[in-house]
Amino acid sequence: MLEAHDLQFTHAARPPLLSRLSLRIEAGEVVGLYGDSGSGKTTLGRLLAGELRPQAGQVTLDGNDLPKQGLHPVQRLSQAPEHAVNPRWRIGRILHEAWTPPDAMLEAFGIGRDWHSRFPHELSGGELQRVNVVRALAPGIRYLIADEISAMLDTLTQAELWRALLGETERRGLGLLIISHDTDLLARLAQRCYRLEDGSLTRSPVSLSSGTSSPA
Amino acid sequence: MAITPIETRIDTRRLGLLTRLGVLLAVVALAWLAALWLGASGDRVDFAARLSPPDAHHWFGTDVMGRDLLARTLEGLGLSLRIGLLAAALGTLVALGLAVVSTLNRMADIGVGLLTDMTLGLPHLVLLMLVAFALGGGPQGVVLAIALTHWPRLTRVLRAELLQLLNADYLRVSRRFGKSRGFVIRTHVLPHLAPQCLVGFLLMFPHAILHEAALTFLGFGLSPGQPALGVMLAESLRYLSAGHWWLGVFPGAALLAMVLTFDRLGSAARGLFVPRETMP
Repeated sequence: MLEAHDLQFTHAARPPLLSRLSLRIEAGEVVGLYGDSGSGKTTLGRLLAGELRPQAGQVTLDGNDLPKQGLHPVQRLSQAPEHAVNPRWRIGRILHEAWTPPDAMLEAFGIGRDWHSRFPHELSGGELQRVNVVRALAPGIRYLIADEISAMLDTLTQAELWRALLGETERRGLGLLIISHDTDLLARLAQRCYRLEDGSLTRSPVSLSSGTSSPA
Repeated sequence: MAITPIETRIDTRRLGLLTRLGVLLAVVALAWLAALWLGASGDRVDFAARLSPPDAHHWFGTDVMGRDLLARTLEGLGLSLRIGLLAAALGTLVALGLAVVSTLNRMADIGVGLLTDMTLGLPHLVLLMLVAFALGGGPQGVVLAIALTHWPRLTRVLRAELLQLLNADYLRVSRRFGKSRGFVIRTHVLPHLAPQCLVGFLLMFPHAILHEAALTFLGFGLSPGQPALGVMLAESLRYLSAGHWWLGVFPGAALLAMVLTFDRLGSAARGLFVPRETMP
C-alpha cells in the first residue's frame, strides 16, 4: 500500500502547493488524478515516488519509509520520454538498463526487434514512451506513477499503450496512479479519481464527464 | 522502410567524416615521421651552400648558415607538434578541472565564471607574453603560458554540458533503477564529456601551435638556437627584403598547413562525436 500522510509542500517563496494532503493507493489499484495546470499534480507524483521530500507529512510503502537505495519500488514515468533516455545509447541498451524484458512483453507493447539498434532520436515520441514504460516495469517495482504519459499520442496508440500497461499491472498486482488532463481517459481506466485543487484532493465520481466515447 | 534511407544517410556522413579524420591523422603522422627522419640533418651547417634558392638538391633552399630549409622546417613542425600536444592536453585538463569545480556549488560557479570572464577579457597575446615571460620563457614557459590562457572557451562548453547532464532526467532514472553513482558517472556522464574534451583538445591544438610560433617570433618563447618555426620566421625577416623569399614562405606555409590540418581535424571530430552541434 502506497500512502501519503498529510503532505505539505511549498516551492521556495511561493504559496503552499499542497497542504495536508493524504492519498492511499492499494496494490493492484488504478487511481486517477487530474487538475488544472500548475495545481501540483506532477509535484504530488514526485513526492509519492520519493524524488522530492515533503516539508511535512510522509510517504510510506506498506507502513515503512520509502527505500533510499536500490531499485526504487515506486517508478515514475514522465511526460517527456525523450528526456528520460540517454541520447547516446541505443534502444537495446536503454531497454536493458534496469532489467531484461521478456520478448512477450516487448511484443505486447509493440516494441520492434529492429528498434534495438536505433538511437532515441530515430524513434517517435510514442515509440519512445513505450520503451520507457517497459524499462520501468522491472521485477521488484510495486507502484507506477504515469504522469501524462499518453498526452502526445494519437488515440489509437494511446489505446494500445494503456491496454498493454493495464494488462501488465493487473497481472502483477501493481498499483498505478494515472495523472492526466483527460478526464474521459481517467473515467475509462481508473477505479477511483481525484481532482487536485488548491492543494488538496477531492474524490470525484468515476463517470467524470458525460463522454465515454473517448480513447482507451 | 522509411527508416532505411535515414540510416544510410547518417552512415555515409559518418563514413565521410571518418575517412577525413583518417587522412588528416595520416598527414600529421607523416609530418611527425619526416621530422624524426630528416629533422636532424637540418642542423648540418654548410657555408658553401648558404642562402641558395630552392633547387633539386635543397627543395626549400638553404638558410644563412647553409642549413637545409626543408629539414629545418620539418624539425620545426615536429617541435611545434610536441609543444602543441603538451599545451593543448594541459589546457584541456585545466578546462575540465575548472568545469567540474564550477558545478560543485554556487560560490565555486561564480568564482570560475569570474576567472573565465577575466581571462577572456584580457588580450590573448598580452596575457600569453606575460605568463611566458614570468615563467622564464623556454619550452616549459611556452607550454604553461598556452595551457593557462586557452582554457576559458572549453571550460564554458564543458560546464554547460555538465550542468545539463547533471540535471538530465535519465541520470535520475538510472539512479532510481538502483544504479550506483559510479555506474552513472561511467556510463552516462563520461561518454558525454569525453568527446567534448577530445574535440576541445583538437580545436585547441592549432591555437597552441600558432601562439607558440607567435610567442617565439616575438622573442618570448623558445630560444633562438632551437629550430622552431617562430625562430625561423623571425630570422627570415632580416633576409626577406634582400630577396631571399624562401626563408619566410616555406616555414610560414608549413605552419599554415599544419594549423589548417588540425582545424579540419577538430571539425571532423566534432561532426563525428558531437553531431548535435554540427547538424544543420
